[in-house]
Amino acid sequence: MERNQMHRQVSVMRQSLFDQGYLDEQFIQLEELQDDANPNFVEEVVTLYYRDSSRLILSIDQALERNPLDFNKLDTYMHQFKGSSTSIGAKKVKAECTQFREYCKVGNGEGCMRTFQQAKKEYTILKRKLEAYFQQARQSGPSETACRPRN
Amino acid sequence: MSFSAPSMENGFSSPRNESFPAGLRVLVVDDDPTWLKILEKMLKKCSYEVTTCGLAREALKLLRERKDGYDIVISDVNMPDMDGFKLLEHVGLEMDLPVLMMSVDGETSRVMKGVQHGACDYLLKPIRMKELRNIWQHVFRKKIHEIRDIESHDSYDGIQISRNGSELSDDGHMFCGEDLAYVKKRKDFENKHDDIGDHSSTKKHRVVWSVDLHQKFVKAVNQIGFDKVGPKKILDLMNVPWLTRENVASHLQKYRLYLSRLQKENDLKASLGGIKLSDLPSKDPAGSFGLQSSINGNQNDVPNGRYQFSGDNFFAQDVDSKNHEGDLKRVVSETKRTLTADLPDPQDMRTQMSFDHSFGSLDSEVNFAAIPAPYSWSKAPENQFKEEHKPLLQLEDGFSQLPPSGIHNHIQIDDPLQSASSITSGLSMTGREICGPEKIKPLYPQYSSNHMSILSPKESAFDSFPVQSKSQMVKHQSFEPISTAISSMKPQGFNLSCITDFESCQRNLISATDSTFEPFNEDLTVCWLEGDCHSMNFGLPNVEFTDYIDPGFIAEFPIYLCDTLTSDTECPFDPPEYSIVDQGLFLS
Repeated sequence: MERNQMHRQVSVMRQSLFDQGYLDEQFIQLEELQDDANPNFVEEVVTLYYRDSSRLILSIDQALERNPLDFNKLDTYMHQFKGSSTSIGAKKVKAECTQFREYCKVGNGEGCMRTFQQAKKEYTILKRKLEAYFQQARQSGPSETACRPRN
Repeated sequence: MSFSAPSMENGFSSPRNESFPAGLRVLVVDDDPTWLKILEKMLKKCSYEVTTCGLAREALKLLRERKDGYDIVISDVNMPDMDGFKLLEHVGLEMDLPVLMMSVDGETSRVMKGVQHGACDYLLKPIRMKELRNIWQHVFRKKIHEIRDIESHDSYDGIQISRNGSELSDDGHMFCGEDLAYVKKRKDFENKHDDIGDHSSTKKHRVVWSVDLHQKFVKAVNQIGFDKVGPKKILDLMNVPWLTRENVASHLQKYRLYLSRLQKENDLKASLGGIKLSDLPSKDPAGSFGLQSSINGNQNDVPNGRYQFSGDNFFAQDVDSKNHEGDLKRVVSETKRTLTADLPDPQDMRTQMSFDHSFGSLDSEVNFAAIPAPYSWSKAPENQFKEEHKPLLQLEDGFSQLPPSGIHNHIQIDDPLQSASSITSGLSMTGREICGPEKIKPLYPQYSSNHMSILSPKESAFDSFPVQSKSQMVKHQSFEPISTAISSMKPQGFNLSCITDFESCQRNLISATDSTFEPFNEDLTVCWLEGDCHSMNFGLPNVEFTDYIDPGFIAEFPIYLCDTLTSDTECPFDPPEYSIVDQGLFLS
């Protein structure tokens, strides 16, 4: 049935996000929090994350344009960004954040800039994938999104 | 399942009707809206009653508005409007609630800092729900300690308390549904109907002995004369309309016990060869009155009166070594800390007495003892000191702020180093006292908190001497590293690693973003360097923290001390530790 196929598709999409390292265990935690009281909890959290972190990314971009670079400030921003990214389990983004902070510590401006570009890339890729995933999940029916598929 | 707050009609949520820990009233503070949403959901799933807040100041406002409205606070370390550690201090000092810190950063130094500031736990993000399920243990533990603390006092005290209902009101909150031995016992005294449901009308709010209040108390006690005090007299002098005679009586009781405990510990320490501050000339670290001793001791120049600090302290004017002890004891008892730290005998405990009183507990002694001449507290020339005193006097107020309730933990430290931690706590106290007036930054409230770990003396000394450089700017941050180092020491295993931590703390210190830090750093450096003060090392043996040092107390670390520190003086303390500190300090 079409419905089943869609469900399967959603399941596959979801699994690949984990397998490819885009998401980690935290995402599963969010899924487990979803219940009848908050049937769209995961999507709401992800939306909130993207909304909130977009401001942060802008600040970091601006800070990276300054000369000389204020590493303390950059580190602070990145700390926030990392914290946020941790909340939804954005694994790759988080990894880039960690790398960025390492460069900050040693004052490597070049490294910082490169890493941040990478972080933004991962951030955007994940956003697109999650959007597709949620959309697919919504289309295939609530049952799929509400419960966590047994692995 | 959704949890609905039980009876909110009085403006604050009363204790839960469900069985504990369900209904635990949690205040979550985080500037990250995503995390706030997630935590709220997680806590609700644990059947807790959640309030979220995106700003530290807002959180404090909420806490102050409803003093008994929350059971526990969870806060992120990095807040935009206020440093999470500072918030931690405030909460510990004013509300005496357990506080958990959160951060995505799990660096040891940060965690140490958290513990030093009094965090009951430090959670790493991403936080799992199972971690949140158990947070009720911190609330429970605190209650238990409070009860024990109360019960260890005189029965008179207990009766006062029970009659008052104030001290135990929290218990009533917490355990209204539980069959806890301790609570039950207290409940027998209280009006049963007070415990359950709406308390607002009948139950008396627990009196929180803030630093200000405590300082007023001490001031009054000093004015009257320790031997002639009585609750009524103190109450009259304090002029605090909402305070009752019973409140003062029980507080006085605790204060006396505290002092006497310090005395006992001092004696014990002396027998163990510890350095008693009280005996200045030689080393009488005993009793937190180290300062005193130091004052008496070598410092001839130290005018007896000088170190009076904060008035309330007992250290009133004549710093007679022997007397000091007594004074210190008062102070100590004031703070109810039984920190007994045997200071390694610093050849001259020049420590300022005034500090002692701030610590009330050993800490003061330790610190001061530790502070070798260089820190010149003791040495400070009278005039110099005089100036310093002025601000210090204000400490009195600060002193009185030490809420007795602060003392909860018993930390027995066998290792001399451990005493250092006690010292730290002591330091924090004194620091508090001393810095009272001007910028008392509650630096160390946390230190004194539960995790008074024994840190190397150096650290504590560091804490206690917020470098006050001229402007009394004791920057909170600057001390943190030290305190963290200090507090990181676990009672069980005091190890010298604290020293390294201390170093890292130093580094943290150095890198503290706090602008004020700079000056501080310099001062510290100066102090350290000049005096080569080994005094910092608090190799106090057998430090016993019986009480939780009131955070506020510590916060007011006498900054001005730093000034004196720069003066020349030799530091009798041991070089090795000092050197480590040295390095650390000189990060800048």
